[in-house]
Amino acid sequence: MADTPVVRVSGIRKAYGATVAVDDVSFTVQAGEIFGLIGPNGAGKTTTLECVEGLRRPDRGRIEVLGLDPIRDAGALQPRIGVQLQEAQLQKRIKVWEAVDLWAALYDTSIDGDRLLEQLGLSDKRDAWFMTLSGGQKQRLFIALALINAPELVFLDELTTGLDPQARRAIWDLVRGIRDRGQTVFLTTHLMEEAERLCDRVAIIEHGRIVDHDTPAGLVARHCPERTVTVTTAHDGAAARFAGLDSADTVRRDGERHTIRGRGDDLVTEVIHCLSEHRMRVTAFRTEEPTLEDVFLTLTGHSIRD
Amino acid sequence: MTRHLPLRGLGKLTWLEMKIFVREPMGLIGSVVIPVLMFLVLGRTFGPRLAEAASPTTVLLRTGLPVFVAVFIAISAVLSLVAIIAIYREGGILKRLRATPLSPVTILVTHVLVKLVLTAVTVLLMVLAGRRYYPAGADVPLLSFTAALLFSTWSILSIGFIIASLVRTARFAPPLGSLALYSMLPFCGLFVPIDALPPAMQAISRVIPLTYAVSLLSGIWRGDPWSAHGGDVAALLVVFGACTLIASRVFRWE
Repeated sequence: MADTPVVRVSGIRKAYGATVAVDDVSFTVQAGEIFGLIGPNGAGKTTTLECVEGLRRPDRGRIEVLGLDPIRDAGALQPRIGVQLQEAQLQKRIKVWEAVDLWAALYDTSIDGDRLLEQLGLSDKRDAWFMTLSGGQKQRLFIALALINAPELVFLDELTTGLDPQARRAIWDLVRGIRDRGQTVFLTTHLMEEAERLCDRVAIIEHGRIVDHDTPAGLVARHCPERTVTVTTAHDGAAARFAGLDSADTVRRDGERHTIRGRGDDLVTEVIHCLSEHRMRVTAFRTEEPTLEDVFLTLTGHSIRD
Repeated sequence: MTRHLPLRGLGKLTWLEMKIFVREPMGLIGSVVIPVLMFLVLGRTFGPRLAEAASPTTVLLRTGLPVFVAVFIAISAVLSLVAIIAIYREGGILKRLRATPLSPVTILVTHVLVKLVLTAVTVLLMVLAGRRYYPAGADVPLLSFTAALLFSTWSILSIGFIIASLVRTARFAPPLGSLALYSMLPFCGLFVPIDALPPAMQAISRVIPLTYAVSLLSGIWRGDPWSAHGGDVAALLVVFGACTLIASRVFRWE
């Protein structure tokens, strides 16, 4: 069902001593989507996720996961969810197949562990000790453990942190695969590129509060409607023509390079139309769209990397 | 609706933890090889004197040495538990296991079982080695002695849980655990009979659990019936109950 919330979080707050980690956070996760809770380190992502997983008890507020209370109904909920924790470890000398085998034994229903390892590209590491695995292999094993009970909802916390770009892309494909099989994914990340490429919907969290939530494209359209087109041309009077376009706000000229800034989806069309109408010879053409990174900057006033 | 089966996964996790333990060379050497070697070396060195008439040395060797090694085995097991719990907590392994249907009690019971099996295996090796090299002990009630050692270890393991709960980092867990456990040795009646201790030390020896473990182990080794050591058994049960209660209050998973 498209619009059934599988996670409903209303007004939760969690403080550690005097530090308020999460304050009045509310959001929903819909069935069958990849939902991302995104924000910088220390923003409250993991605390929120661990409250939803039932590992922490919020001081205030309500959480419903698959219609259940994650702490009170833990016994009924755990078989239906899969969990990958941030920076988790296993016993150094546990073998890959032994971990999968143990996890499978903990649930009433489990999928074929060997096939799962094959799907995750770990078949040749079946007999390897956990301590000998690379970072990417460890994360793939943790995904395997999170999937072994065929859960309806999978939690992934900072899944690709510390991985190289190639391993990261491979993991993204795996996560898309989970969604495509009909399972819901709830992940956290501080990587805006990851959120943008992977998530159907995101909630941005900063200092323990949700700043906004929507689809990545929706957030960009709402908070960063600016578009930038850069055209390199020797054509006389090009700058003036660009400045006359309806959607253009400013035109900056740097030698033959013209940077046209404006808002709205029509800017690019208008520029292309103008180029062809005046038969301008163009040696370079580039459009820049704002990203979630820019949305974050707009919403919080600082870069997520700060 | 799926409910938690009590202790689900216990068998598999225990077997797995035993395999993992055997894969760790240092743990195996410290917990199994060293106690057995110590027994053999001391036994070989002093063994020939056992034939002499009842001198204080003979008494020490006939009963003291096996009991000393047994206590050493028990302490090694407890220290190993303390180290493992600290490492598992620091590495997030306990937390990862908690996010499964595995109940916390199962995880702890698993480690107690692993340590008890390890203790039994070490005693078995000691006895096998002793049959060949150690003249005393042929007429010792081995099953009873092993049972007494497992019971004592089980009781002292609960102290291990308190230590494991209080020590924050894996690096400090073993030294602090050693300090706590080995500092009981002078008072436990193993080297000097409790009656021969100064009154202040006698008072200490009466409140430390190791005293009752040593009394039970020595008695059973000498051939006493269990009924003669009801007080020791009761004291060790009280230690277990009290320490488990404290540990369950102060234990931290992460």
